[in-house]
Amino acid sequence: MDVVINGEQRHVTPGATLLELLKELDLDPRAVVVEHNRKIVRRPALGDVTVTEGDAIELVHFVGGG
Amino acid sequence: MREGGRVTTAVESIQDNLLEIGGRTFQSRLMVGTGKYPDMDTMVRAIEASGAEVVTVAVRRVNLDRSKESSVLHFLDPSKIFLLSNTAGCYTAADAIRYARLAREAGFNDFVKLEVIGDEETLLPDVAGLLEAAKVLVQEGFKVLAYTNEDLVTALRLEDLGCAAVMPLASPIGSGLGLLNPFSVRTIKRRLHVPVIVDAGVGTASDACVTMEQGVDGILMNTAIAAAQDPVAMAAAMRLATIAGRAAFLAGRMPRREVAMPSSPTKGMLD
Repeated sequence: MDVVINGEQRHVTPGATLLELLKELDLDPRAVVVEHNRKIVRRPALGDVTVTEGDAIELVHFVGGG
Repeated sequence: MREGGRVTTAVESIQDNLLEIGGRTFQSRLMVGTGKYPDMDTMVRAIEASGAEVVTVAVRRVNLDRSKESSVLHFLDPSKIFLLSNTAGCYTAADAIRYARLAREAGFNDFVKLEVIGDEETLLPDVAGLLEAAKVLVQEGFKVLAYTNEDLVTALRLEDLGCAAVMPLASPIGSGLGLLNPFSVRTIKRRLHVPVIVDAGVGTASDACVTMEQGVDGILMNTAIAAAQDPVAMAAAMRLATIAGRAAFLAGRMPRREVAMPSSPTKGMLD
């Protein structure tokens, strides 16, 4: 199943939750903020949201800035 | 601050209030950014040397190939510094709102340094977009610190909307041109009740000092420190300059005169 993560087409396990997706990507859920189809998904809810074909997912964090 | 001797400042002789923004208090009136450093170790040491408590960060996509080391939080301790996320790089109110919401979700605080940029060459703010975004974010409970130009009317509108602080620029972001319009910045400070923090444009320590001498509540800088030949030493210089400028403002400068006035007695001269 293909989804778009941070603007890139990626193949992910069908039926995965956002929490499982982060694990697949080796990302610590405490260190990223997840936007799923333009909606922010809070950390406690990451395990409740299932990813479906074509979803747009943004994974962001803090970087250096002024 | 360098090998062979320590600089100590007589800060204990300066009576000042804490800086209060959006219900939080800070001792340091210098805030610093975390961008453009040659490496993370230099950044960490520069922040420490600056004495800043408020440190700005930006929200960006995680690099999916090497996420572990790319977050600035691997090098900063959020229990020791106050993370102020910005909306840098946003050119519309909608984008700035989106970035602010994402930043808040990181879970540190509800403060945001709101930037809505209107022009790529000068990075000057889009005032209409800024006011629009500020209105929405204040309604959503954000403590908005609004980066703006040195225009009094915009500053007043931002205060009316409920911004926690207004941040007029000294000169364009990253320019290092220093405080170009002290009159306007003083006017903004005189008319506003919320803190006025000058953000952007400082180039060297004298710029920070002159800016603080205008009576503003604080100053925020990034490039002036990060792009110095020795960022850690410049951070220390900025700390001292900010303290000096603030102290001079509180002390109250002598009036300017167009003619000389002798410092030594004119009486008692020999015949």
